[in-house]
Amino acid sequence: MRKIVFIVMSAALVLAALPALAQDKVITMSTTTSTEASGLLDYLLPEFLKDTGITVRVMSKGTGAALKDGMDGNADVVFVHDKAREDKFVADGYGTKRYYVMYNDFVIVGPESDPVGIKGAPSVAQAFKRIAAAKAPFVSRGDDSGTHGQEKQLWEATGLALTDAKSPLDGGNWYFSIGQGMGAALVFAEEKDGYVLSDRGTYLNYKLGRSEPFELVVVYDGDDMLKNPYGVIPVNPEKHPHVKFDLADTFAQWLVSERGQQVIGSYQLHGQPLFFPDAK
Amino acid sequence: MIWSLDPEMYFIVYVSLYVSFFSTIIASILGVPLGFLIAVKEFRGKRAVITILNTMLALPTVVIGLLVYAFLSRRGMLGHLGLLYTPKAIIVGQVILILPWVATFTMAAVSRIDERYRRTALTLGANALQAAVAVAREARFGILAAIIAAFGRVIAEIGIAMMLGGNIKGFTRTMTTAMALEHNKGEFVLAVALGIVLLAVSLIMNVALQLVQGKYGGSR
Repeated sequence: MRKIVFIVMSAALVLAALPALAQDKVITMSTTTSTEASGLLDYLLPEFLKDTGITVRVMSKGTGAALKDGMDGNADVVFVHDKAREDKFVADGYGTKRYYVMYNDFVIVGPESDPVGIKGAPSVAQAFKRIAAAKAPFVSRGDDSGTHGQEKQLWEATGLALTDAKSPLDGGNWYFSIGQGMGAALVFAEEKDGYVLSDRGTYLNYKLGRSEPFELVVVYDGDDMLKNPYGVIPVNPEKHPHVKFDLADTFAQWLVSERGQQVIGSYQLHGQPLFFPDAK
Repeated sequence: MIWSLDPEMYFIVYVSLYVSFFSTIIASILGVPLGFLIAVKEFRGKRAVITILNTMLALPTVVIGLLVYAFLSRRGMLGHLGLLYTPKAIIVGQVILILPWVATFTMAAVSRIDERYRRTALTLGANALQAAVAVAREARFGILAAIIAAFGRVIAEIGIAMMLGGNIKGFTRTMTTAMALEHNKGEFVLAVALGIVLLAVSLIMNVALQLVQGKYGGSR
């Protein structure tokens, strides 16, 4: 009897120790919804695992929340797209270094009929101006994400009078600030038959990657202001001694290495390249 | 933040109270008589009705949200009403959520009243309606408790408010959806302030219930 108890106990001990052994090479990454929703990470992380044996656990949220995770030490590395805030994150000592990884682009998505006539706009600022002038339904993420930050910059570029929240008006009957993710905003815009600023990847997923049709189309793209750079930042171990800086830095270095850049550049969504490597 | 009378925050609280109040009123108007009838009437299929109601008690909010969304969406049957992403849509979903609660607990409260009570009222010359009112008066605490519990359920609920209201700033943003958003943004000040308000509302509801019961409780 004692023997059996002993065997069971030791087996339990061994089992309890197993996850700990496996956990040695796991890092937690806080990233934006767009990297995950676009399918890039599902393609990239297995390659990284193959090369280094490091597993990356992903939490995807808005850029603001992802950076907050880094500040609080809830993540080992952040992978986001809001350069101004990323630079501040590093300057404040929360991260060790911001690496340029890649960029993709934003598009204005709207109804095919394009009632406001954005398709022919000379610049993205003009396109936004036309939406505001016509009071066409416009859906804003309103969640402090990178996309939301980009949208605020575009409103500023129009030169219109803005509220404190950098929107053309507060609430009201055409500007909908919904405080939700990209997918929810696209569905919302379709429902209202309105315009929305989206990253190309999420839009493509909704347009081509679903069984249901998605009625909205890209009505404006290609302006330099719509470039969307992504950066990766390992969390600073001086702030949070418990973070796995070595593994996180390995990940960052791998992303900007020739191999990582090649993997990023070769990723395609519905037959279209989505992210363009730009490590410097 | 709570004391500085931040208008944005107060509007959020107002929207929450507004939709919860109306969905509770509507669910009570429909649910109390329904529960009452099921309790006092004998009819074929009564057991089936009770089983269905009990099943509906466990309906997850996201399921209700999804169903109502399918109806109210522009592609749905009732799309032309333009209800989706309005406070009315939240009320519709929340009524569906708590109607079974109100009906079931009313039923339970009325069933607990002794059948002899009604018969005595009838022998004393009350007509059927007066007898029913007498039973309802006897069961009023149970019914009131059901209504207050239902209100607590909807004011704290997030799935329906998010899916059907859409968390639109200054229009359909409720306490719970605002808290979820602030958490997503990585900001906690407003979320905590709203959490405190939410707890305060629950406390007030419960104190009110205690007072009502304390005041008239002797007659039971």
